Parts: sequence; C-alpha cells; structure tokens
Amino acid sequence: MILVSAYCAVLLSFASGLLALLMNQRQTLLAVSQYCFKKLFNGDGRCQDWINNRLEEQRFPTFLRQAVFVLLGLSGVFAMIAGLAVLLSKGVITGQIALGLPWLPWHIRFDGLSGFFFLIIGIAVCAVSLYGPGYVSTYKENEHSFAVLGLFTGLFVAGMLLVLLADDAFMFMIAWELMSVASYFLVAFQHENSANRRAAFLYLLMAEVGALSIILGFGVLASFSDGFTFDALRESKLSVTWASIAFVLALLGFGMKAGIVPVHVWLPEAHPVAPSHISALMSGVMLKVALYGLIRFCFDLLGEVHWQWGVVLLVLGTVSALGGILYAMMQPNLKRLLAYSSVENIGIIFMVLGLSMIFMANGHPQLAALGFLAAMFHAFNHALFKNLLFLGAGILQHQTHELNIDMMGGLIKKMPKTSLLFLVGCMSISSLPLFNGFVSEWLAFQTALQVDVLDNGVLRSLIPVSAAALALTAALAAACFVKVFGLIFLGQSRSRNSEKAGEVQDKGMLAGPALLAGLCFLFGIFPGVIIHLINNVSGQLLGETLPNGSVLGWLWLAPVSAEQASYSPPLVLLGALIATAVCYWYLHRNRTPLTVIRRGETWDCGFGGLTPRMQYSSSAFTMPFRRIFAKVWIIDEQIKKDMQGALNQDVAAVHYKLHIQDHSWPRIYLPIAQGVNSLAKQVGRIQTGNIRTYLGYSFATLLLLLWVIS
Amino acid sequence: MNWLIAIFQTMLFVLLAPLLAGWLKWCKCHLQNRKAPSLLQPYRDLLKLTHKQPVVSEQASWLFVTAPYIIFSATVLAASVVPLIAVDLPTSASADVIVMVGFFAFARFFLALAGLDIGTAFGGMGSSREMTISSLAEPAMLMAIFTLTMTASTTNLSGAIAHVLNEGLILRPSFVFALFALILVAIAETGRVPVDNPATHLELTMIHEAMILEYSGRHLALIEWASQLKLMLYGVLIANIFFPWGIAETFSAKALGYGLLAIIGKLALLAIFLAIAETLVAKMRLFRVQEYLSFAYLLGLLGMLSHIILEASR
Repeated sequence: MILVSAYCAVLLSFASGLLALLMNQRQTLLAVSQYCFKKLFNGDGRCQDWINNRLEEQRFPTFLRQAVFVLLGLSGVFAMIAGLAVLLSKGVITGQIALGLPWLPWHIRFDGLSGFFFLIIGIAVCAVSLYGPGYVSTYKENEHSFAVLGLFTGLFVAGMLLVLLADDAFMFMIAWELMSVASYFLVAFQHENSANRRAAFLYLLMAEVGALSIILGFGVLASFSDGFTFDALRESKLSVTWASIAFVLALLGFGMKAGIVPVHVWLPEAHPVAPSHISALMSGVMLKVALYGLIRFCFDLLGEVHWQWGVVLLVLGTVSALGGILYAMMQPNLKRLLAYSSVENIGIIFMVLGLSMIFMANGHPQLAALGFLAAMFHAFNHALFKNLLFLGAGILQHQTHELNIDMMGGLIKKMPKTSLLFLVGCMSISSLPLFNGFVSEWLAFQTALQVDVLDNGVLRSLIPVSAAALALTAALAAACFVKVFGLIFLGQSRSRNSEKAGEVQDKGMLAGPALLAGLCFLFGIFPGVIIHLINNVSGQLLGETLPNGSVLGWLWLAPVSAEQASYSPPLVLLGALIATAVCYWYLHRNRTPLTVIRRGETWDCGFGGLTPRMQYSSSAFTMPFRRIFAKVWIIDEQIKKDMQGALNQDVAAVHYKLHIQDHSWPRIYLPIAQGVNSLAKQVGRIQTGNIRTYLGYSFATLLLLLWVIS
Repeated sequence: MNWLIAIFQTMLFVLLAPLLAGWLKWCKCHLQNRKAPSLLQPYRDLLKLTHKQPVVSEQASWLFVTAPYIIFSATVLAASVVPLIAVDLPTSASADVIVMVGFFAFARFFLALAGLDIGTAFGGMGSSREMTISSLAEPAMLMAIFTLTMTASTTNLSGAIAHVLNEGLILRPSFVFALFALILVAIAETGRVPVDNPATHLELTMIHEAMILEYSGRHLALIEWASQLKLMLYGVLIANIFFPWGIAETFSAKALGYGLLAIIGKLALLAIFLAIAETLVAKMRLFRVQEYLSFAYLLGLLGMLSHIILEASR
C-alpha cells in the first residue's frame, strides 16, 4: 500500500510532464474529442460542451497549465503520504520492477531514510504546484513553450523520487541522470540569453563530472562484491584504503551536486537563470537528494565510518558555511544571493553530519544519532525556508521585473502579504528563536558541545572551533538577511518599477509560500513532530535513537538529558505573548488624543530634500564586512570622478563600480580549463588531416590488437 | 510557587534595570567632576516618554511601530532565563543560554530592520554597523559561554551556576580567559565606550543611536528600557556566572533577600568598574572594533583550549 502510493507519486509526476506536451496539440485534441463523442456517446450534450468549452482557444492554455500543476501537486501529496506512512510504520519495503537490464531488474527499497526525503520533496512539490500556474502564465507560448517547461518539471520530480527509491546502483544512476539532465533543460529554459546558456552548460558539465565520480564510487564498491544491488554492495568487505577511496569519490560526486565549496560554482550561476519555482525545487530539494545520496553511500553502503571522513566533512562544511554566507552577503542579485546561502546551509548540514560520523566512529552512537538528527532537521528546514524565499523572489521578479535588490525598496507597503511571508523566511534562515531554523542550529550546537566524550586531542580542539565558526555563520546570515529584507521591503522605492509594483493577484502564488511559511513557524514551535520522525530514521540507519523518548515530549526538547539542555518553544512563545501583551496594555491603558500616533516628516537634519538615493544600498550596507573580511573575495572597486569647471576642480559626477569575484574561479577552474585546452592541443598534433597518416594509425592499432590477442 | 518566584524575578529584573543605568551615570558624573542627576532620573525619563505623543515618520511601515514591542519582549524573555537572585527556577529550564543569545539576535534583527524602515542614511548606517559588530561579537560570546558550559557540562544557565557553586572557589585558567572575553563582548554589545558612545549623536560615531533616531514617545521608552535591561543582563551574567556566591539556592524569603542584596552589591561594584573604564578610555575608530572583538574571540578560544588541555578529566 505504501509502495503503491510511492509509485503513484512517481507516475503522477511523469503524467504531468506528458500532459504538458499537449500544449501545442489543441487542434488534434479537438478533433479526437469530437470523433470520440460521435462514436461512443452519440453526442451527450453536457459532457461534450464542457470539454469543448475547455478546448476553446483562450481557455485551453490556462486549463492545461492548471491540470499539469494539479497532477504535479497530487504527486507531491502522494509522496508526502508515502513518506509519512513508511516513517510511522518503521518498516522497510522492497520490491522489483521488470525494467532495466535483462539480468538486473530495478530493485526498489523504501525505508525510513527514503521516506523522510520523500516527505521533503512532497511538501516542496505541493507548494510549487500551488504557486506554478500563476507564475508560468506570464511566459509567452511562442517564446517560452510551456510544453518544454512542464515536461521537464515532471521528469525532474520523477527522477528525484526514483533516486530515493533505487536499491541498485544501476537504477540509482539512471534516476540520477534523469534528474540532472531534466534540470539542465530547465536551467536552459530561457536560452535566448547567452549567460543562461553558459550557466546551463556549466551546470551540465559539473553534473556529469559528478555523476562520473559517483559511478566510480559504486564501481569501487562493486569490485569487492558480486552484483550491483545495494544489498550486495552492503556485504562488500573493503580495506580502509579502498573504503576511503570510495568515500572520496562519493563525496566529490554528491558534493558537486550539493554545492560544497570549492565545487559550488554552478549554483550561483544556474539558480538565478532558472524560472523561480524551478530554482526553488533545485535549491530546496535537489541539493537534499544529493545529501541523501551521500548519507546512503556512507552510512548505509560503506557501513563502517571512519573518524577521518568525519573530519573531512566537518572542515569542508565549515569552509562552505562561512564562504557561502560571506559570498551571499556581497551579491546584489537576490537569486544569486539565495544560491550562495544554499551553499552555506549545505555546509552547516555537512558539518553536523561530520560530527555525527566522528561520534559514530569513536563509539558514541547516541551522540551520532543526535548529530544525524540535527543534520536531517536542518535539511528539512532548509528545504522549507529556501523554497519559501525562492518563491518569494519569484513573486518579486513577477511584480517588479527586477532581481537586483538595489533597485527595490518600500515594497512592504505595496505588497503587505508577500512581505510578511518573506519576513518569516528571513527570520527562519537567520535562525531566530520560535522559528524552525533555530531549532536545528540549537541541536547542532548541542552536538558540538558533547565533544568532552572524545579522547583525541585534535578533535577536542577542532570541534569547538568549528562550533564558533557556526556561530559566526549564523550571525553573518542574520546580517545578510537583514540586508535583504531591509533593502527590498523597507525604506523608499529605489526605482520606477518598484514604485509601481502592487500585490500579486494570483491566490495560488501566495498560497504556496504561505503553506511553507506556516510550516516554518509550526515546526519552530513543535519541533518534536519532526524529531520523532527522524528518530525512526536514525533507528533504522544507525541502529540507535535518542535516549529516553519521554524527554522528547511535545512541550520540551531535551536531546541529551533534561539536566544538560532543554528548550521549550511553546513556553517561550507563551512568554513572548505575555510580555508583549503586558507592555502593550500598559502603554495603551488610557487612550487620550495625546497617545494617538502622529505622522510627521522624516527628520532630514534641517537640510530638506531627502531622496531615495540617499538610502543605504547593498554595497554600502556590506561595506564594513567587505573591509573586515577583505581577503575572502577578489574585490575590484573603481571610483571615477568627472571633473568640470575652471582648472577642472569641481566634481560633476562620480562613477562607482564594484565587482566581486569568487576565488575559486582563478584559483581552481581557470587552471583546469587551461590544462584541458593545452592537452587538447597536444592531442591535436596527431590529427594531421592526412589520410596516409590515419591509415598508418589504423595499421599500428591493428598490429597492436593482434599482438595483444596472440 | 516556583513559577511565581520566576515571574517575580523577571519583574525585578525589568524594574531594577533603569536603576543600574542611573547608578552608572551617577558614578560617571562624579568621576568626571560633573553634577550627577538623581539615581531615579532614568525612571523619570521613561515615564515622561510614555506620556508623550509619539511622532512617526510618514515613510514608516507597520514594522517600525511594532518593532519596539518585539525588541522589549525579546529582551525581557532573555532576562527571564538568567538567574538573578535564585538558581533552579523553571524559566531557566525552558530556554538555555544558546536560546538567550537567540533572543538577543531576535531583538537586534528587528532593531536593525526598524533602522532601515525609514529610508534615511542614518538608519542604514546604524543597522549596518550594528549587524557588523554583533556578528563579530556573537561568536566571541558563544566561545566564552561554551567554555563555561563544557566545564559544567550543561548549557542550562541555572545548572551551570549551581555547578560553579558546588565546586567552590577554584581558580581555573579557562574561566579567567572566558571572564575577560565576556567583559569585552558585553561592552561591545551594550554599546558602551570604547565601541559605541550612548551619550553622543555625532554621525561619524553613532551606532545604536543612529538606528533609533526616528523613535519618539512610548516607542523610544521601550527601546531605551530594553537597552538598559540588556546592560543589566550582561552585568548579571558576568556577576553570577563567575562570582555566583550569595545567590539563593533555596526559595526561603531569607535566602531570596540575601540573593537580592548580593546581586545589587555585585552590580553596583561592576558599574563602578565600568564607569572608571569609560572615563579613562577614549572611543575607538569603527574599524578598530574588529581587532577589539577578535581579541575577545581569541580570549574565548584560549579559554576553551585551556579547558580542553589543562582541565578536562581526560
């Protein structure tokens, strides 16, 4: 039953993709329907009218778009049901499908870990399908075909779900490639801009290199076992060296997809150019699928983890978290900023996962379960709030035709609902108490503080330092999102577009983000629900759950023990409400005309003439950070003054240019590109263009092969 | 009963905060050969502000008007977590020290947004600077606190203080480092000299004042009160974590009374030190603050390492 609903989810997303293909087939559909009605029903009036009505030229695109997204939404609902059911039943369901190679049918395995990620995908897909119809309605059919968008969206979601179901390396890779390639077409959707084509190519390149690395990782495992099924791979006995090689390959492959520094460069290129609901899915969900792959590979297939791997994850995670947020802070493009912030959050997840590995390898499975819990919970939270923020960015782009946050401002008055939803997202991602982001960060700190149980001196001093880096990351994230919210929604409008913008009219476009924002708040107040689910996963995967189920009640959160640390979000919420109510009552108890707020002009130091251009801009807000952490970026700052008047002494205009670049491009990628180019040139030497030489090559090859055979 | 004491303690916290500010001002005036205002002056200021009609800019949105309430309640919540006169109260179990830092972040988030809401250069400047300083101060503070929580192996403030009480007076190098780190952070976070000067409105140096420039009436009162509360909170943290003696361990009236006297004495002493420091030290340039805070971070780190290397059981 559970497996059936999982299959339903996959099939429905396929179906939604196929349905989208009908977009250009209106005439055919019309003919088919008329033929059918003539043959079968001899003209049942009402039914035929209904269908003809839908097939009218004006209504058909809207109807089809809605139908496609309804199917996608249903797929999300089924994914959620399947995920929840398998998590609650604590069971493992296996099956086989007669697809794939003749001697290797597709093996299916649906356990707690897959179920949890099914849940994440389900929620995200539901929100996106509420949001989608309104968002895609602005695309003109002859420029940006909905058939393409809908088809690849369906395939993309189906690919992600299949990755989670796979129980053999073969099916895993097919599903993985389906996911990668479908998302490539989605990134390249608006391919008329050369920048978009470049971003999409970069993405495809890195996705394929990553896939290659994953295949090699599976290959290492498979060479020590008989077969490609995960059951066989689990049985393989690897020496530490080979296991470490497999781990490094998997880390490279999955890390490339997840966006770990320094293989993160495709994220900030690909996310801004994809349609917003697709970037929401890619950033919120696809990165999590990569995370799933890593967890499945390390904790499940490799079996025994080593603490050195944990250190690698910890260090990489710390670097990604700090680097991601520092780069995010400098971006004026909202979606680029969010993409870099995904690098940060994935970094945090890797960090905690590394802690979990370290504790696991040192024989503290309960603490490993705690770290695992923090990592999974943060993955879940990141899916919620990053989806919310990307969808919000989509609304902003839809209404203001801008993504540059320096061109917005004052939108809180024009778009009150959107601004509230976006504020919830910003507060969650800045990990403020009462929201879900805080809970996972709190759990991460609690994990890091258990370092006293370890014997290794290096680890004992490394982990607290990474905890402090986590604190710095969180504080920088808060600064970054104060900037985002403040510059977009507060202050005065900085451009005509944002001056004229209004609240989005489509209800679905608000409903999708509202669902996510509601969940962000709900799981911030009652994190116990999700923690309970993750506990089932870690019970299956690590063989250990958090101690003493009673301290995990709905009111209290005490992951280690009640004496060590506890946090009760409902009580905190109650306290906050009481404190606010009391001070509001005290200040408003006797209402006189004098206590009513008077509106006045903003204080302008007596000079007059405040203009929107006098406000702080994005680069002004981050200037102190730029100065303090100057080494992190490659900063190209140019100030040019136009002079005029006698002796050219008066400044007529000042031109300011700021360009900030990632270190990884000149340090890593350009050398690689140059290396590849020069290698290609060397290879080019043997291509003389002369038929005699080529015949000579063939002859030599033939001789060589004959020699080998004999 | 415990809950009543907890609420009573929080109210005490809120009510005593302006007194501490007044005492600090009194000490400073005397050190600087000025005539001091009455100790009760901060109360009078707050009362006067609550009776005034608030004037709000035409540009302001709902966020500007709501922010003071949020800031004040977040700070009160943070205060409710910190043991003032007694340990082992139920409120300190509902949120530990990391959550307390989270409350501060919450208040700061809205304060910075309120600064940006009007759309003046001052507000943006203040927000930008505040977020910069706090994002450097927060890790330093957590390092100092982690040193303590690892020694006591709990992040619950009450539990940590009880642990220090039980251990008795042991000179731990880690605690000395953590104490200095926390003092440096406290000065930065509460906006005192040499990081910020609460008494100035000079644009080159303003941080906190720049953000709240547009506030008036009861909104200003709430924000001022919240910042007085924050000052007292850091004072209590320093006093009760590192010198917890005198705090009530049972809930008898006598013990609570002694606890109150003890904390008043400790805070008064701390305020005198702060006043002397503020009189002797000049405010530093904004871009020196990072060095100051990274020094605090380094002290916290040294504290942590000396705990791990020198003191831990293994």
